[in-house]
Order: sequence, then C-alpha cells, then structure tokens
Amino acid sequence: MAIPRTSASAAKPKRHPRRRRLYAWKDKHYRWVPDGQGDWRLQGYIVRHRHKPKRGHFRGPGKKPAGRPAAAPAVPPAVNPDPRPAGAYQGPFGVEQAVRLLNRAGFGPLPGQAEQLVSLGLVGAVQSLTRPSGAATLSGPPPVDDDGAAIAPADAWGHDHIWWLDRMVRTNQPLVERMALVFHDWFATSIEGVSKQQQMIDQSNLFRSACFGSFLDLFKAVTVDPAMLQWLNGSENRKSAPNENYAREMMELFSLGADRGAYSEDDIREQARALTGWRNDWSGEQGAYNFRFDPNRHDVKDKTVFGRTGNWGWEDACRLCVEHPLHPSFFVDKLWSYFVPQPPSAPVRDALMGIYNSSGRQIRPVLETILISPDLYQGPAMVKPPVVQLAGMLRALGRYVDTDAWTWLCEPAGQVLFRPPNVSGWDDTRWLDTSRMRARWNLVHYALDEVSVDAWGGGYSTTESAEEALDRAIASWDSPALRPEHRAELLEFSRRVEKQVVANWQRGPYRAMRQNALLQLIGVSPDTILQ
Amino acid sequence: MTPNSHNCCGDYTRAQLLRSAAAEAGKGLPIIEPGMPEPAGTGLSRRTFLSRSAGLALAVYGASKLPLSVFEEGIAQAAPGDKVLVSVFFDGGIDSLSVLAPVGDPRYSQLRPSLALSPEAGSEFSEDPRLRWHPAAASLATLHAEGKVSAFPAIGYDHPDQSHFTSRHFYEVGELAVGFRTGWLGRYLDLVGDTENPLQGLSMDGSLSPMIATADKPVAAIDSVDGFDLWSPVSDPVRDEMYRSFARFGSLPSDSPGLAQVRRATAQTDKLRQDLGGIGEFSSPVAYPDTRFAHKLAGLAAFIAAGLPMRAVTIRAAGGYDTHSDQATDLDRNLRETCEGLLAFQRDLEARGLADRVLTEMWSEFGRRPEENGSAGTDHGAAGCAFVIGSKAQGEMVGEFPGLATLDANDNLRVTSDFRAMYCALLEQWLGQDAGPIIPGASGFVRPTLVKA
Repeated sequence: MAIPRTSASAAKPKRHPRRRRLYAWKDKHYRWVPDGQGDWRLQGYIVRHRHKPKRGHFRGPGKKPAGRPAAAPAVPPAVNPDPRPAGAYQGPFGVEQAVRLLNRAGFGPLPGQAEQLVSLGLVGAVQSLTRPSGAATLSGPPPVDDDGAAIAPADAWGHDHIWWLDRMVRTNQPLVERMALVFHDWFATSIEGVSKQQQMIDQSNLFRSACFGSFLDLFKAVTVDPAMLQWLNGSENRKSAPNENYAREMMELFSLGADRGAYSEDDIREQARALTGWRNDWSGEQGAYNFRFDPNRHDVKDKTVFGRTGNWGWEDACRLCVEHPLHPSFFVDKLWSYFVPQPPSAPVRDALMGIYNSSGRQIRPVLETILISPDLYQGPAMVKPPVVQLAGMLRALGRYVDTDAWTWLCEPAGQVLFRPPNVSGWDDTRWLDTSRMRARWNLVHYALDEVSVDAWGGGYSTTESAEEALDRAIASWDSPALRPEHRAELLEFSRRVEKQVVANWQRGPYRAMRQNALLQLIGVSPDTILQ
Repeated sequence: MTPNSHNCCGDYTRAQLLRSAAAEAGKGLPIIEPGMPEPAGTGLSRRTFLSRSAGLALAVYGASKLPLSVFEEGIAQAAPGDKVLVSVFFDGGIDSLSVLAPVGDPRYSQLRPSLALSPEAGSEFSEDPRLRWHPAAASLATLHAEGKVSAFPAIGYDHPDQSHFTSRHFYEVGELAVGFRTGWLGRYLDLVGDTENPLQGLSMDGSLSPMIATADKPVAAIDSVDGFDLWSPVSDPVRDEMYRSFARFGSLPSDSPGLAQVRRATAQTDKLRQDLGGIGEFSSPVAYPDTRFAHKLAGLAAFIAAGLPMRAVTIRAAGGYDTHSDQATDLDRNLRETCEGLLAFQRDLEARGLADRVLTEMWSEFGRRPEENGSAGTDHGAAGCAFVIGSKAQGEMVGEFPGLATLDANDNLRVTSDFRAMYCALLEQWLGQDAGPIIPGASGFVRPTLVKA
C-alpha cells in the first residue's frame, strides 16, 4: 500500500515546505579577523539584504588593521598560570585540549580562540573562563528575525529562545552562558507554567549573575524568583493551604537527591510550612505580578526539618538543605555531570567536596577544579546538547542569529530554551534517537544555508580534486579536527562522486554538490555532535 | 482574559503553539488562564510507531496494551472504502462577519468603520442577498456555486463562552461541559472503530486533536505527510553517495559510550530514511498551491487514494484567526491559503474518483464581536460560521443570518444553529451512526439535512 512515487518528483530536489526564502539579495562581504597566530586574516561572510543593495556598496575593509589583533575574546591576565596544581591534568595543553575545554565550558571556539587559550596554559585558560571581568560583550550584529527586524524576546513567541542562542553565539564570556544553561537545567523552569517570557529571561539573568558565587545565595534567589514561584506554586503556598510542590523539588532535584535517605515525607510537609507566605497578584493584562512576602500568609509555628526544630522561614528552608550532610556530595556529583560523562572517582569526589565545604559552598572553586581535571581531557567524549551544537556551528561558520526558525528547528531536536520537558530538566543520556538525529541533520542543513555553493550557476571549479574539496569543506567549518576514520570516509566519498562524472557538463555541478554534501556530512559527523 | 485585551489570547496550550511554530513564530506569548480545563484525551498514552504497511511514522495514542506490531497488521487488514470525515479547525475564532460579510446590513458599516468589506468586494452569497463572500474565500464561493458547500452563518450554542479554551473544548467534545476526556469523533471511533487500526482517527498537526481522543481505540498523529526525510542540499547521484557516507559514520567502531550513541542513532536514522523517506514523494493529479496547509491536504488525498483506512481526520486551517489587531491583513492571508488549499483538495478527490467518500467540516470555537475594537481588529464574540464541503454536501444554508440590528446581551451575534445538531447530522447522515450514544442530549436537536440523498 505504498504511496506511488513519480520519477519526476523523485529526481528533483524538493525544497522543504516549511522553508521560506528569507532574504532576496545576498552577497559576500569581508572582514578582518584574528588568524590565531597573532596576525589578521581576511574572512568572507555572507550578508543577506532585505532590499536590493546599490551597486558598489560597501562590502568590507580594504586595509588590514594596523598592529596585532586583540585577543578574541579579551582574556584577563591569568592569576595562576602553569605550573598546575596536584591532581590537575598534567598532559599537553594544545589546541585539541583547548577545543574540548571550549566545547564543554562554552559553545566551541571562535576562529583563533583555541590558539589563544593554548598560549595561556591550562590554568590560565580555565581562569580566563571562570573569572571574567565586568559585563559580557556581545560582538557582531544583533539578532534579527526572518523579516530582518530586531527580535522581541519578551513578547514574540520563540524569540526568547533565539535571544539566548544569540548570547551563546556572540558572548565573550561563554562559560557564563554555559553555566546559566547548567542552572536552567538544574532548577528547570518552563515557560509552560510561567505567565511572561520576561520572567523567564529574568531568571536566566539571575543564573548569569550568580553562577560562580555561593550556592546558597543562588538557591535562595531561585526560591523566590517569580518564574519559580509560579512554576512550582511557591506563591500559592500559604499557611491555611500549604503546597508541597517546591518543598519536595528543592530537596529531590535541587539540593539533596531522591532515594538517598536524605529526607522523609514529614520533612517535605514541614518544609512546605517553612516556605509559606509568598504571593502574587494576577491580571489579564500583566499575568502574574507583584510577587512579595506576606507575613499574614506565613506559618509562624515551629517546624521540624531534618530533625532540626525552629520557626523556620524560606531562607532557613534553603539553608537547612545546604547544611544537610548529604548536600555536598549531591552538589559535586551534579555539577561534575555537566562536564564529564563518567562519575568522579571516590578520591576526586572527596577532594571536590572538601573544596566545596572549605570555600563556604562556593561554586567557582569546585568548577575550576573540574575544568582542570584529567577526566575532562583524557576521559570519553559526550554528546552536545542540541543548542550547544547549534551555537557552536554558528560560531564556527561565522553566522549570526538571523532567523527565528531556530526555535521550531530546535524543538524536534529535543531542546527549546526556557522549555525544559519538566522540572527535572533535560535528560542528558537521551539526546539522540532517530527523530532527534533527523532534527540535528536538518539543523545542520539550515545552518549551512548561506555557506552552500551554487551547484547550477556554472561557476564552480571543474577540476577540484577530492583532497581539495575536503580541505575546502573543513576550512568552511573553521578547521575542526576530524577523527582519521571520518576524514578517510569523507575522502572516499569525494572520490566516489568524482567517479560519477561521466558527461562534461557534470564536472562543475557535481563538484559543487560534492562540496555541499561534504559540508553537510561534517556537520552531522560525530566530530561535530560530540564534545 | 478581559474581552478588550488585544494581546494574543491565552487559551492555546503552549505545546500546540510550539508545534505550529513556523506559522506562529513572532506571535505574542499567550497568558495561561487559571482554571483552564484539561483537554480531552490527555490521559491517553502515546507511543511512536512506524508503519511500513501504511508508509507512515505515527504517534499512536491509546489505552490499549497491544504491541505495536498488532497495529501494523490492523492497518494492513482494515478494509478501505469507508466514508471519511475531515475536520478543519480555524484556530482562534474566525471572524464570520468577514467570511460572509453582511454588507447589506445597515449597521455593518457603523460597527466596522475600518474593517467593513466594500459592497462590491468578493462575490454575492446566493442564499442571502445581505451577505457577500470575502475575496479571500473566493475558492469556497466557487464550490458553493457548484452546490458543494453548506454554510452555517451563525452557529454556536446558548450562553456562549468567550474563552478560546472552554468554547473550543465544547466543540471538541460535543457537549457544553468541561473536563470531558473523549472527543465527539473519538466516541464515534470507540463505537465503530477497530482495536488495531490507529489510522482510523488521524491528526495531521503533529499532536492529537482532542476531537478524536478515544476511550480505548487507537488513534494517531503525524507530523508531516512527507515521512521521514533528511533535508538534502544536493540531488542524485551525489545525494545517494552522501547518505552512504552518513550510514558509514554509523557503522564505524566506537571507543566511548558517547561515540557509540551517535553511531547507533546515525545508523538507525539512515535506516529509517531508507524505509520511510520516499513516502512524501506522492503525486497529485491536480496542482496545489505551494503552502504547508495545501501540502498536507495533497498528502491526505494521496493517503486516501492509497487505501489507508481512515475514518476521521483532523487538521488545523492555515495560520491563526485570533485577530485582535490588524485583522484585515492576517485574515486575508490565512483565509485565502485555507480556502485555496481546500478547493485543490476537492478537485483532487474529484479527479481521483474519491469525492463521494470524503466530506469536510470547517469550524471555529466562536465568531468575533460585530463591533471592531480600537486596534483594527475584533475581540471574542459568540455565533460564528461553519461549513460542510464535499460533492455529497447538501449545499444549503443552515440557520439564517440573524442580522446586526439585534445583538445578544454582550453585543455579539445571535446564534441560529447549534453545533451539536451539525454533529448529529454528520454522524447519522454521513457516517451512518446513531448520534444518541455519542452526543449528549442528541434527541433534542433538529437535524439539518447536510448530505445529499
């Protein structure tokens, strides 16, 4: 009962029905970028004009900038450059290691960035990420939607997703964005239960500002964050009608973990009473607003949580959790899991817990230790979350956020920012299945939209060799290191295509298609998907 | 939600917005209304299933514990040839006073100073000289002139509810009650459907419409009529070679669990591409407009022609119709896309000799306020419009246009036909099923004649 196929439609490459033509006029512009070796190189990039550009309009600089390029991104001086502390990774810190660091502690390198980090040494490189100075700088054109208009992250559907994606692409403080993503997953809140996109954005800004400091401070801020108060019913929790939702999740998911004997159902009920008192107003115009603590709604009787009795309030509730003896192990295991796929060994775990406790439960010292650990550099690869892969691809391709299609394209890949599947966040062990792999393929296809060459315009080389084709495609992806067996397969592919050329007219078009297929294959190779 | 709010309304579920993101992207985020009832059918379990016999990737919904292979057999064995009812939903509350504009009503131009259609626009509605078809509904007017459209110019129910969600829920479940777990077509499928054929109830928008939510019979949702394709930047023979290399990435040895995971997903993805990638390459005997909505209908016609055993199919009309602002532009574009797609669909069915097997019903959760608001838009109203389309449609108006001289207590259009009467008639006259066990209070509704004898 198969649907009949027609040969005509099978042969014709079909434009996907969801794809729209975004811009009518595109042309190549040029800019000077650091070449990673202390000098500049000219980089071509595609600009899409909404209106037909005038002949001879400005397409980029002619003169090379004077002097050496600034580091990209600006790196503050390392406080403690190599040599490395005991327990740290002691092997070579070259481009390969720097790329892994940038992949896991950010969104992959910008052109030249890995080389910059190498020059700082391991410790200096890590500290350049964990100790950024001042506010983040976003370089490059600001994000626009499909119509070329400025995005409206607080108002337009899906623009919240591309607002954050853009920060991932353009920031000079990639670890801040990556840690905000970590805590977005850790304290997973979804717009599905929050009335305004701005409240979600505000929550992500809270993560940005508090991601390196005291975990207790972050925990307390999240507990009374308006998005969280809506999401887990914190502002409906009052002494006459306690709501246990937040009390349970703050223990199970945020600070202690389930099935460890850390707390009882009684602890949850008592904790819910400690958390009573927050409320908000509601209007059709504003949604949920005016979040505040109302003493009249707070239960002032004694509560007994984890065996400790007192007239606890919401700040005590957070403190009691982080002072619980099972909290430090939960914290270091969870933080570790975002950066290294295998759990830490017992000695490493003990060391991390020691650092956490002795620092007064600060996030940064634990994070810095994870980021210089041998397990990160010598351990196995892990699958990038979809938005991490996407942001990394855009950075490598020199593309900026110029379409809101990324929201609906990321949805089948399994990750829309501000929309985690539930309060436990995304499942990092299930990023890939056939449906999500297909979505990643399509993301790559879309990302390459303007990098692809014109197969039928007649301008492509008719003599390009298989090796030259592969080199060109790899260079377009900012020269990632490919595993040898992948490189061999791609070269084999290049040669196979060449053998398909039988007629003279096919020489150029087939080579152009080969180039486009190589670009696609690199994007869907394990080298791009893994970090 | 206040009636005068000009924001996008809050009653759509965000998950649905997400699924229609391409159409909805850039639209304001809805505010969730407290106390929203649960959509019918959310209790059904969902499993994903790839049917080779049907050539479709399906999300199968059903309480049944049957293994998925049983559904495969059910699809292969279910006899084709049954009547098919297609339900098209104008999401957001379409402005019936634009689709069938009462240009002959003296109050029309006063109530709609900026939005009123000119007396010469569009074409005359032959059954009521006061009304004219909107120019964007010209395709529908064409079918009406051929006697293939029954129009309901003021359909609704008593004590209309102006919440998108609540009113839509009433229409979906066929009863004026919140909290129903099954849809009206779902209950029909529960009565007559097969225990092993999920295609009997098919939603074409990626998620299950509550209308076909059943108690126990399996039903399905598909994301795309194009099956499982990987967008290709190139054509054959380079394309074939590209997929071969992609498959090779999936079969090379792995040295870590992460790499093994990528390889496994890669290999399986390419396998599925081979199994299902071709199903979108259907052919159509007529030309369809180049729109997503029309493409789905083209696929649907091809599915019916291929003998897929479907009874009730749901699909959302192109775009959204919650036109609180800038109504003229949005409505024109979306209504045109929908009507042109439906005309092509009808012509396709006629060309394939299937037109006597398919009837299409178009509905919306309510109409819009006769008096326009201050944003060149209209707010939520009461009576709206519905249409029944097909070669077998009776082609006669049901319920009169009530006029604008007297409105209801909330200044909305008065209702002259009940949607549950329409459902009873569709069930009995088209699907051959007594409405009694399906529509609560069915005996109290006077059935209009909707199907030609």
